[in-house]
Amino acid sequence: MRPALLRQVAAFVATVVVIQLASVAGEKAFLLTQLTMSAYYTLVVLGLSLFMGYAGQISLGHAAFFAVGGYTSAVMTTFDLGPFRSTAWVAAAGKVGLLATRTDAFGSQVLAFHPWPAMACAVLLTAAIAFAVGVPVLKLKGHYLAMATLGLGTIVYSVALGTATLGAADGISGVPPLPVLPGIAVGGNGSRIANYYVAGTVLAVSMLLLLNLVHSRVGRALRAIHGAEDAASAMGVDTAHYKVRTFVLSAAMAGLAGVLLTHYNGSIGPSEASIMKSVKYVAIVAVGGMGSLWGTLAASMVLNFLSLRGYFGTLDDAVFGTILVVVMLFAPQGILAIDLRRALRFLRPTRGAPAEPG
Amino acid sequence: MALLEVSSLSKSFGGVRAVRDVSFVVRQGMIKALIGPNGAGKTTLFNLASGFVPPDSGVVRFDGHAIQGQPPHRSAALGLARTFQNIKLFAGMTALENVMVGRHIRSRAGFLASMLHLPFTWREEADVRRRSLEMLDFMGIASLADMEATSLAYGQQRAVELARALACEPRMLLLDEPAAGLNMRETVELSRLIVRIRDSGITVLLVEHDMSLVMGISDEVVVLSYGEKIAEADPATVQKDPQVIRIYLGEEEC
Ligand SMILES: Nc1ncnc2c1ncn2[C@@H]1O[C@H](COP(=O)(O)OP(=O)(O)OP(=O)(O)O)[C@@H](O)[C@H]1O
Ligand SMILES: [Mg+2]
Repeated sequence: MRPALLRQVAAFVATVVVIQLASVAGEKAFLLTQLTMSAYYTLVVLGLSLFMGYAGQISLGHAAFFAVGGYTSAVMTTFDLGPFRSTAWVAAAGKVGLLATRTDAFGSQVLAFHPWPAMACAVLLTAAIAFAVGVPVLKLKGHYLAMATLGLGTIVYSVALGTATLGAADGISGVPPLPVLPGIAVGGNGSRIANYYVAGTVLAVSMLLLLNLVHSRVGRALRAIHGAEDAASAMGVDTAHYKVRTFVLSAAMAGLAGVLLTHYNGSIGPSEASIMKSVKYVAIVAVGGMGSLWGTLAASMVLNFLSLRGYFGTLDDAVFGTILVVVMLFAPQGILAIDLRRALRFLRPTRGAPAEPG
Repeated sequence: MALLEVSSLSKSFGGVRAVRDVSFVVRQGMIKALIGPNGAGKTTLFNLASGFVPPDSGVVRFDGHAIQGQPPHRSAALGLARTFQNIKLFAGMTALENVMVGRHIRSRAGFLASMLHLPFTWREEADVRRRSLEMLDFMGIASLADMEATSLAYGQQRAVELARALACEPRMLLLDEPAAGLNMRETVELSRLIVRIRDSGITVLLVEHDMSLVMGISDEVVVLSYGEKIAEADPATVQKDPQVIRIYLGEEEC
């Protein structure tokens, strides 16, 4: 393995542990709930960072992928198949262990998919939609791509909002927890600390996989597409293929995040699919720095945490909109990538421009 | 043996007939030059041959495969590498990383293998790095390996671009005005380099305005004017061709 990457991930794990210990010692363990949720949103942002920061594309539809994942898992684990028990496919699914019976909040028996097969279906469906959309749409560039993905976001949002079986404006609640290990589950009555560590582990593993990816032949090809697409294809990089693969991968990560957060919260609503959510993800990637996974992780954890704790109040959307505008105007490479010396030079134009060009 | 074969190739952009019914072959192991006044259609011909632009009609065969209208990565995979008239280096990447992209078709780690950092990818990456450094060294710019490529001096950028194309280990190299912007000494070095490249077994098709370079190293010359082929012969014959003198060399005097 790469020692440098392992050291970075080890430092991240240590930070996760220190934050947990500090929150408990300071009798603020309730904060772990928002940190857990932030971690799952961060999963979306990391995937988007790969697509935007490395491959140089843009998506305003990532909230849609999150919602497709979350809703699919929610429907599959809550829709009562009891009345269809005798149909062939339900019986078959039961026989191979895909179904589980449980008692819902109202005390009635529900026969539905077990959370694990539901998660698998949810992620696969998200990836399939991303593939179907990505193949034609990724031929577009720049703001055409932004508009096409925006359109996708709008479709998913209105479907979620307007479909009765998806709970319309209320969304779906009563989603069962996702069992991970004996005594540990995502959501339900699982302990707050255990959930925090599950989320931390998901993030650490994702970071390791993504860091490996960006430091590989594939990561190099993605950066080449970003740097000069023509030249990349002249070097034999199948640019269309790489863009679609990256889009599908980042969408699948958003779908997985949607599944995990839905099980954690026990519910999902249409606001998760809203355009503002997609804009928020893009704004966070912009803050974290195009092409910096650690920067994106840090920015995402902090901003999502503040947002979930309600620090931005009713102006939450406005805050993220403002962040986006400010970053694009003053630091398109990301706040964390600002070259301080250059920024200072910029602030003192009267001293005369330095001889070396930026 | 004909490595590249262009037959009756035509391409118009709106009303501009950039390439009209052009045919020629480039045999394995030769240096062939493509010359002509500005706007004659030389770059368009390169774009047609390497898949960047689909022809209106005509056929491009590389090593027996019809490649016209296929995306550029296909012809690259067959062993056709190129450089660009207006240098196209990958912004935000070092000189070494730029050249390493040239090893793309000579390596195979995909998404899954890369994410899992499978052992075969370690060896592959080490090999990619070693071969890329060799290419920078061949071009005499190994010391610039870790510099951001787009921040280098013009001549150095050309060298990085050539190293990147060579890193593909191509069978044929298309060079679009490789001497543009180089001084006389650098141009002489370049002509030696192109001969070395040919001697290493790589066929070269060259677009160039520098006549001493073209006439000094080419085995054959094709002359284009307003999209049409007006001559094709060895350098000595082309230089004596009255039509070439009138259309091409005559123009330089005014
Ligand atoms: N993508 C394009 N769209 C429209 N017109 C084009 C395009 N590419 C080339 N042309 C036109 O085709 C003609 C041939 O251009 P080309 O670039 O092939 O010439 P060239 O021989 O490479 O010239 P130079 O020596 O200046 O590089 C020109 O008239 C040019 O304006
Ligand atoms: Mg040209």
